[in-house]
Amino acid sequence: MSLRQIAFYGKGGIGKSTTSQNTLAALVELDQKILIVGCDPKADSTRLILNSKAQDTVLHLAAEAGSVEDLELEDVLKIGYKDIKCVESGGPEPGVGCAGRGVITAINFLEENGAYEGVDYVSYDVLGDVVCGGFAMPIRENKAQEIYIVMSGEMMALYAANNISKGILKYANSGGVRLGGLICNERQTDKELELAEALAAKLGSKLIHFVPRDNIVQHAELRRQTVLEYAPDSKQADEYRQLANKIHANGGQGVIPTPISMEELEEMLMDFGIMKTEEQQLAELAAKEAAAAN
Amino acid sequence: MSLDYTNDAELSKKLIEEVLEAYPEKGAKKRKKHLNVADGKSDCGVKSNVKSVPGMMTVRGCAYAGSKGVVWGPIKDMVHISHGPVGCGHYSWSQRRNYYIGTTGVNAFGTMQFTTDFQERDIVFGGDKKLEKTIDEINALFPLNNGISVQSECPIGLIGDDIEAVARKKAKETGKTIVPVRCEGFRGVSQSLGHHIANDAVRDWVLEKADVQWEGTDYDVVIIGDYNIGGDAWASRILLEEMGLRVIGSWSGDATLAELERAPKGKLNLIHCYRSMNYICRFMEEKYGVPWMEYNFFGPSQIEASLRNIAKQFDETIQQNAEKVIAKYRPLVDAVTEKYRPRLEGKTVMLYVGGLRPRHVVTAYEDLGMEIVGTGYEFAHNDDYQRTGDYVKEGTLIYDDASAFELEKFIEGLRPDLVGSGVKEKYPTQKLGVPFRQMHSWDYSGPYHGYDGFAIFARDMDMAINNPVWGLFQAPWKAA
Repeated sequence: MSLRQIAFYGKGGIGKSTTSQNTLAALVELDQKILIVGCDPKADSTRLILNSKAQDTVLHLAAEAGSVEDLELEDVLKIGYKDIKCVESGGPEPGVGCAGRGVITAINFLEENGAYEGVDYVSYDVLGDVVCGGFAMPIRENKAQEIYIVMSGEMMALYAANNISKGILKYANSGGVRLGGLICNERQTDKELELAEALAAKLGSKLIHFVPRDNIVQHAELRRQTVLEYAPDSKQADEYRQLANKIHANGGQGVIPTPISMEELEEMLMDFGIMKTEEQQLAELAAKEAAAAN
Repeated sequence: MSLDYTNDAELSKKLIEEVLEAYPEKGAKKRKKHLNVADGKSDCGVKSNVKSVPGMMTVRGCAYAGSKGVVWGPIKDMVHISHGPVGCGHYSWSQRRNYYIGTTGVNAFGTMQFTTDFQERDIVFGGDKKLEKTIDEINALFPLNNGISVQSECPIGLIGDDIEAVARKKAKETGKTIVPVRCEGFRGVSQSLGHHIANDAVRDWVLEKADVQWEGTDYDVVIIGDYNIGGDAWASRILLEEMGLRVIGSWSGDATLAELERAPKGKLNLIHCYRSMNYICRFMEEKYGVPWMEYNFFGPSQIEASLRNIAKQFDETIQQNAEKVIAKYRPLVDAVTEKYRPRLEGKTVMLYVGGLRPRHVVTAYEDLGMEIVGTGYEFAHNDDYQRTGDYVKEGTLIYDDASAFELEKFIEGLRPDLVGSGVKEKYPTQKLGVPFRQMHSWDYSGPYHGYDGFAIFARDMDMAINNPVWGLFQAPWKAA
């Protein structure tokens, strides 16, 4: 089977790293060899697989050694849970330098040094907001073929999902990147499943899986483990297995997304009663004032 | 001694039409506004200081070139760091032949090159620490430097390094002047914005901070916008000094930091390159009440007029001195004119230079009997063109931000006897069989300012035009 490259994007704090690591841990059970590339200066995309925070990131080692050419692949490639290979790009502390350039440097280094040889899956985990060209690296230049957007029923998560789709659309024709689908990480907001499905439909895509909320994820995280490792027989572990199966079966099924305008998105939110129309807001305000006057 | 002639306006118009025909519609529409034929209007009727049209092969520079290469670089007792990857610094090494007195590497640093030599890790992790280290190393290796300027290359602005914080910190530590200059190359449409940014940095980090004790006289003047290329400022200041004025600063050719700092104490700012330093003159007028005036030291006609105009700002003694200076150099001028005018009379010239010389040198050529058939600026603004109308004759071809293609077509069409422009234009022009002089660097000659400069200028133009080589390029097998 040829190499499949996938990437997880989504609003910051939505649970991208947790979802992706749990899913990939489940994907191993399908006999897949996996490489995770963490594209976040915080370097926490592989913590649950390695059972510890990665200390040796590509960029920090390169800075110590002088340049990235002075590095060997072994220096940065760590082996974690069930032989999943892990690399963190790393980057500067907040507020200095250019983390985006760091991601580009790190990915080029990995490709040139054969990190992608002998694996079935490369998975990129990219920090929340695609703030500049560097963080779009995995969707550019024929890197990831499918993007999975992790989202929830919260308004900002929906905005972010739509925005990321715009980024995918931009590179879809030049690089061949496709939207694999949405993954809803349940936040227990109103009509969450329906909203997620509606947005997926608007984007011309589908909701790959709805991951229910379960505290066992947090318990596993506290122990720096995936649910698959911490409680392999749990119901939640099965959810991730289902998601892994769906992603595995989804190869080549990605679509060019059809992102919607802000107006359309807001309309959709109003239809679901998440956002109020101006008339509603005014009516509520008037009612409140009337109540206060009495 | 100004010459009376007109140029063939019909030919100039035809040439403009011809070059525009070669462009796609959109490009032609844009370029049309930058090309014109002088018709007596003071502003030449061209648009200027806008973004170059893509594909035009403009010869403009960048903001870094304007700041480091023009304004800051010549200040000799400061070290100027090219902050960023090594290329910008390497290719601007040695400055623009801004001569200076001093011992290079000891108390003067003009022809030396300092760079922070950014590597990938400095981009990713930021370069402020490296800048600090560089400043420390400079102070250890060259303790007699009187200050340091940080000339930003493009990446500094892209990654958002806080060079101002570094400058403040190091200035506090060392007690020296440290000037951060935000002259990233991507800013603006040409080197012109770099001049402005550099002027603003002088204002904010030198003049506003300086505490100068100075015993002034009523005759203190500052030369502004003379970069001492080939010794220009020296040939200028002797005339002012012979008039009885005291030149207390030269901005920035052969300048020290102290000369910049004490400029507000002067009585009059004399500005030669208006384009690159008018900003700081306006500031000094507003803030310190120092008046400023433009002058022109190219060729005897302009020198005489300028000396008289400058003298008018002072008392009668100075005015009488000005006449004495003019009389003193008259024999030199006569001798030069007598020798070279017969060899140059009626020769035609096309100019394409930066922001001042396309107008300022016109009369110097005319003093030698030569006629200007075309002229244009790389990076002038509207106020420069407003100052150009009076210099050029009717029918003169005017071109703003000209492309290599346009220049070649114009040279072919006008077939001037001499082209004066930059090094990028030199060899293509000579290959067309047309004599050429570099008018940015004086072609490794100079000075061209002042009376001394006029003698050298006349000799150089004669050498270029009357060089016997131009009679030898007929192929031998085609002869007879």
